[in-house]
Amino acid sequence: MALPVTDQRFSVEVDPSEEVMDIQMGPAHPATHGTIKLNLRLDGEVILACDTEVGYLHRGFEKMIEQGTWTQAIPYTDRLNYVSPIINNVGFILGVERLCGIEVPERCQYIRVIMSEISRICDHLTCLGMGAAEAGAQTVGFLTNESREFLWDIVEAVTGARLTISYTRIGGVTLDLPRDINARVAAAFVNLRGVLSDCDKLLTRNRIFYDRMVGVGAISADDAISFGITGPLLRAAGVPYDVRRAHPYSGYERFDFEVPVGSAGDNYDRFLVRVSEIEQSMRIVEQGLREIPDGPIRLDDPRYVLPEKHKVYNSIEGLMHHFKLIMEGAKVPAGEVYQAVEGGNGEVGFYIISDGSGRPYRCRVRPPCFFAMAALGDMLKGHMVADIITTFGMVNMIGGECDR
Amino acid sequence: MGLSPEALLEAVRAAAGERVSDSLLAFDEAAIVLRRDDAPAVCALLRDRPEFAFNALADLSAVDYFGKVPRFEVVYHLNSLTHGHRLRVKVRVGEEDAWAHSLTMLWKSANWLERECWDMFGIRFVGHPDPRRILMYEEFVGHPLRKDYPVDKRQPLVPERDPIEKGWRF
Repeated sequence: MALPVTDQRFSVEVDPSEEVMDIQMGPAHPATHGTIKLNLRLDGEVILACDTEVGYLHRGFEKMIEQGTWTQAIPYTDRLNYVSPIINNVGFILGVERLCGIEVPERCQYIRVIMSEISRICDHLTCLGMGAAEAGAQTVGFLTNESREFLWDIVEAVTGARLTISYTRIGGVTLDLPRDINARVAAAFVNLRGVLSDCDKLLTRNRIFYDRMVGVGAISADDAISFGITGPLLRAAGVPYDVRRAHPYSGYERFDFEVPVGSAGDNYDRFLVRVSEIEQSMRIVEQGLREIPDGPIRLDDPRYVLPEKHKVYNSIEGLMHHFKLIMEGAKVPAGEVYQAVEGGNGEVGFYIISDGSGRPYRCRVRPPCFFAMAALGDMLKGHMVADIITTFGMVNMIGGECDR
Repeated sequence: MGLSPEALLEAVRAAAGERVSDSLLAFDEAAIVLRRDDAPAVCALLRDRPEFAFNALADLSAVDYFGKVPRFEVVYHLNSLTHGHRLRVKVRVGEEDAWAHSLTMLWKSANWLERECWDMFGIRFVGHPDPRRILMYEEFVGHPLRKDYPVDKRQPLVPERDPIEKGWRF
């Protein structure tokens, strides 16, 4: 096959005397946790160009959401970032609530924050554990997965499911926190703090890990912003942008936490930022559990919220409201909003348009991974093939979210 | 802190003048409507003027208002990480001439977002360096997020391709 001397799209100079090789990596590569195909042009082990192909997990999320009622859209949001589904639930429902012009009770806001932060820890643990395991530190993978299991036990105790939880509803959440939530969280956090300390000892000053992470996959702050990258990747590049700070939602302004930033924007800084964020998330959860007020967990608003069961069985109004909400769906007023929340990988945005008919007219999701994947080729250029694994691990692409 | 949505709209109208053909304020969010040919210049102004400093294109998508004229709305969500304000920019395009100017020279994120918009809605972006489909495969016929694309439509399986033989575009 004849190879071009100058690559037009990436303007990589290729020495014609050198052997250049085209290779496909993926879509089912064992060391990339996500279905994605990388079309690589290599000079020996050095990556000259990388064309990233996404879309292997495209399930037509945005099309499907237009088919049902607003409540029926919530399970779809679980399947975006399936490691931290609560954050997606919260993001979608906050947008819908803004359209409805309702504000949920304070206890519900706290529950949403607490559960979001627990999900964020799960997300970061997955990224750290799998990233490290793919780089060869299998032990870390086992440690973080065990720790994540304890957190998923909490999620299960609260919501009734581990991953496909559909926890939020318009005007509230489905279930209240269990009575022993404090003890459960305390126990899980004792384990988590131990695991973090172990991981710190195993990785942070580990010569092999350090050499494979430092300076690899770096992206400058300006490029990261221009690529629309958010979340830990952007903060590792030194930009302290966090949606929870910049555009607080669900009462995040009440919470006391720091936004950790890196400086180099390489894989090592991404690793450190994520570890620090786990610590900050634990702080938020603990503060939330200390300060959470008593009260209802959902609004009493028959336009949007299902009535209590005793009202359904004992009064005609309750029965009517229940019937209308189930059969026709909540009539969300016409309008459009863009609601952003800080997901595990960055800004998850929901651009929701209602025409007042009881069904979403359009729901666009801004997936944070999609933007990071667009920049992956730039991050990898000039690095070695083995660096793909660590970079891809630290970018933490979640297929369900990226491809929708 | 950034400008409030009201103040932001005021400032954008003052800076871009007649080119802002409509401005909307709802749910504490500011939105402007631009004519297609004004969009690149006004967006460049929004990015480069220090009082706006919209350094990130947070999102780009389209909405299909099937049955209305013009049919499509291309929606840009701009975000200023410097000031912390957001602006929604809309460009309306018709069904017969479903195209808009590419903004890849302003923001790098526009590259993939415009590819997705073409893939899902069939809106072309003139000046895009790499106008391929992104989520769907090349043999796919139609644009699935259009309102007249049936949700249960099936398309035939495509024969296996040998990408090494065919080559791919870097």
